[in-house]
Amino acid sequence: MLLLAFDTATPAVTAAVHDGTAVLAETYQVDARRHGELLLPAIGRVLAEAGVAKQELTAIAVGVGPGPYTGLRVGLVTAAALGHALGLPVHGVCTLDAIAHQARAEGLTGPFTAATDARRKEVYWADYDADGRRTAGPSVDRPGDLAQRQVSVGAGALLYPEAFPGAHGPEHLSAGALADFAATELAAGRELLENRPLYLRRPDAQVPAGYKAVLPA
Amino acid sequence: MADEPLVLGIETSCDETGVGIVRGTTLLADAVASSVNDHARFGGVVPEIASRAHLEAMVPTIQRALDTAGIKASDLDGISVTAGPGLAGALLVGVSAAKAYAWALDKPLYGVNHLASHICVDQLEHGRLPEPTMALLVSGGHSSLLLTADITTDVRPLGATIDDAAGEAFDKVARVLGLGFPGGPVVDRRAREGDRKAIHFPRGLTGPKDPEFDFSFSGLKTAVARWVEAKRRAGEEVPVADVAASFQEAVTDVLTRKAVKACQQHGVDHLMIGGGVAANSRLRAMAEQRCERAGIRLRVPRPGLCTDNGAMVAALGAEMVWRNRAPSALDLSADSSLPLTEVSVPGHQHGDVHGEAYRALGS
Ligand SMILES: [Zn+2]
Repeated sequence: MLLLAFDTATPAVTAAVHDGTAVLAETYQVDARRHGELLLPAIGRVLAEAGVAKQELTAIAVGVGPGPYTGLRVGLVTAAALGHALGLPVHGVCTLDAIAHQARAEGLTGPFTAATDARRKEVYWADYDADGRRTAGPSVDRPGDLAQRQVSVGAGALLYPEAFPGAHGPEHLSAGALADFAATELAAGRELLENRPLYLRRPDAQVPAGYKAVLPA
Repeated sequence: MADEPLVLGIETSCDETGVGIVRGTTLLADAVASSVNDHARFGGVVPEIASRAHLEAMVPTIQRALDTAGIKASDLDGISVTAGPGLAGALLVGVSAAKAYAWALDKPLYGVNHLASHICVDQLEHGRLPEPTMALLVSGGHSSLLLTADITTDVRPLGATIDDAAGEAFDKVARVLGLGFPGGPVVDRRAREGDRKAIHFPRGLTGPKDPEFDFSFSGLKTAVARWVEAKRRAGEEVPVADVAASFQEAVTDVLTRKAVKACQQHGVDHLMIGGGVAANSRLRAMAEQRCERAGIRLRVPRPGLCTDNGAMVAALGAEMVWRNRAPSALDLSADSSLPLTEVSVPGHQHGDVHGEAYRALGS
């Protein structure tokens, strides 16, 4: 297996190549406003570093969020287009699952919560049990509306210490963890998600300026 | 490079996911997925709804275009995409997709200007543009007069709207008349039953001291709204067809008058009209009359090519390849306010940028 994985659901633009056993190469840049510019060069770089030609790839795994929409869509449409052009299957992974996988790989045990910044004073979050299985979420909420979480990871947790006391890293996701999560799940015969965004919120139905009433009522 | 380059173009600047395939100046496919119905009840395009729809429609629309053209993606000589101007989030979906296809297929990528594409699309209908050509671009987002010396490098703005775009005025008036969204087609339809001389609405910026080639439709829009509201307040029935016809007359009068004048002043004997409002039947008829009288050759693409579509982006991409213009780099970004003097977004300054980009990517 030669898996290309990437994620744009957090401020990090990150890509990795995984051979079914280990991560061969990984890149990670934090720049929440430049997902569109950075992603494809990052993909090219990580393949070159891994010594893998794009024609040798066997699958793509992409983080499908939840995450801020504009950046999120960069990853999803890139995955869809690459899958189409290269004839590869595209697997979706909940970005919070990948962060949880990364936290466990970095040594965190016990039940915990993974939370990312949903902006507008909200967090995207999910709960995981001691075996790493998701037990609640993904959801989007105001931190103050959640019961206090004692153990938590992710930038969303770090931002709101009252709801998430003692929160720690990883702050954002590294694609190596996403690749490893996907490879593990696929090897275990479990299905991953479709390549569809987890928006969790309905679109803001607001038409931009220019449609105001002309005469006072 | 191929004599008749085969180029796929992607357009996502507003609410249409357009994918066109062009060979030289021949249109092979023009696939469109529109989210216009999802916006209708909001009375305008909702950016987030448009962006979501682009993501869903992208790959199926590409596949449909390839099937219609009867080609394989590997046959292409290049991929072009609207880099701007437009809705930022919507543009980004198309730009990201184009980059992924270009990279995966090892094809050069051309990030091009939406407005220049509106002009270039006429090549698919009437062959290569004469140089220079005067272009009048009118749509929901733009109203501009452009002197086009070379459609791939040299597009000079002579004037533009200082407030609303012409298409916006149509939407607004349709709303005032309770005709729904989008306003262009429905106002055109209702105007056919009306008397265009019934009401004399103001012609903006046509005074002797006004800027010659700029437009203003905000005052006209307000005048229509006041007129209609006054009728309603007086308890009288609003003559919808007459209002539509008289409003439309005012818009097309100003547009064609200024376009012909621009041609005459700059010694240009070809006028092309593009953009969604170019589908308007009265604008086409009036432009024909006035151009004929002035000895100007008029070029207006068929209505289906005037509205936003992928074919126009492919047409400009094919012209870029044909003229051996520099491709864009793979870190191309969407630019929601791309100036119209920037026909394309080239790669980094010196040398064989594209080759360098690919070598850097190890492909
Ligand atoms: Zn347009």
